[in-house]
Amino acid sequence: MTVSSDLDRRFRDRAAAEGLLDVAYDLTDSPVGTLLVAATEAGLCRVSFDPEPDRAVETLARDFGARVLRASRPLDVVRRRLAEYFDGERQEFGLDVDLRPLPAFQRDVLTELARVRYGTTDTYGGLAARLGRPRAARAVGGALNRNPVPIVLPCHRILGSDGRLVGYGGGLERKRALLALEGVTL
Amino acid sequence: MMEVVTVPPFERTYEQHRDEIYGYLRRLAGADRADDAFQETFLRALRGYPALRSGRHLRAWLFTIATRVVIDERRRARPEGPLPELGADDELPPYAALDHLTGELPPTERAAVVLRYGYDLPYAELAAALGSSEVAARQAVSSGVRRLRRKGISP
Repeated sequence: MTVSSDLDRRFRDRAAAEGLLDVAYDLTDSPVGTLLVAATEAGLCRVSFDPEPDRAVETLARDFGARVLRASRPLDVVRRRLAEYFDGERQEFGLDVDLRPLPAFQRDVLTELARVRYGTTDTYGGLAARLGRPRAARAVGGALNRNPVPIVLPCHRILGSDGRLVGYGGGLERKRALLALEGVTL
Repeated sequence: MMEVVTVPPFERTYEQHRDEIYGYLRRLAGADRADDAFQETFLRALRGYPALRSGRHLRAWLFTIATRVVIDERRRARPEGPLPELGADDELPPYAALDHLTGELPPTERAAVVLRYGYDLPYAELAAALGSSEVAARQAVSSGVRRLRRKGISP
């Protein structure tokens, strides 16, 4: 006996509406491939280029609690703003992010990263200097590489000290595509 | 040493068991009540999920909740009446033969017989599902079976 897709969707929406989920996630198409997006009550907690939900579901459960469920409605706003961004109609996402499971240093790095504006770039060293840790460029790179919400927190805007395109969790092709979308020529 | 089975992400539990639980609810509550009972079952499961300490008996745990949902709903609706008639289904698994056999049993006996013979639940898990002792669960099954035999049928 198979549960109809209608009943399945109604259950998932209701579970989210009643606040019973630790994390809601969904998949969404984009010009840089299918993205997995996930949110807690506190905000967006994952944007993943790996569209294989099984792995993401495990780490989301470990980070935020076992009640992880695919549910489309809680991610409507995220999906819409991402679409607007990819259409060139949005430069700031205006979304809350949930970085609670991260170590303090990584949260600091990502908070500073959020100040790098659309269409501009910075360097790992520049970010480290602005954090008051001028020698920590490598640690900043590590923190960015594990950015749980790429695109929305724009680690693609951070370049090597010589302005080269280096290291991106989602692959350099995607980094180049995102910068091109924002009108940055390298 | 006991192997610790961690509680899986809810998505996995839900995907693995939703169809079977839905089939059980259709059998127990009838087609027109199964959808509501299904939602209520998994909403209750979500509420209880954080308190689970092990992922070992999830299937039986979900049968437990589903059984309670139907019995609770029925008590609210009609304290003494029989369970609603079952709807017609197109794709029936073998154990669906129990449907028309158990249709006239009281709800606890019906759940007991269906879980025991339809889903092969061991008596310990059956007891948990019925919210009773294992002895009472065995009695519910055998009393259900006796009642069926008196009607000239056996599961």
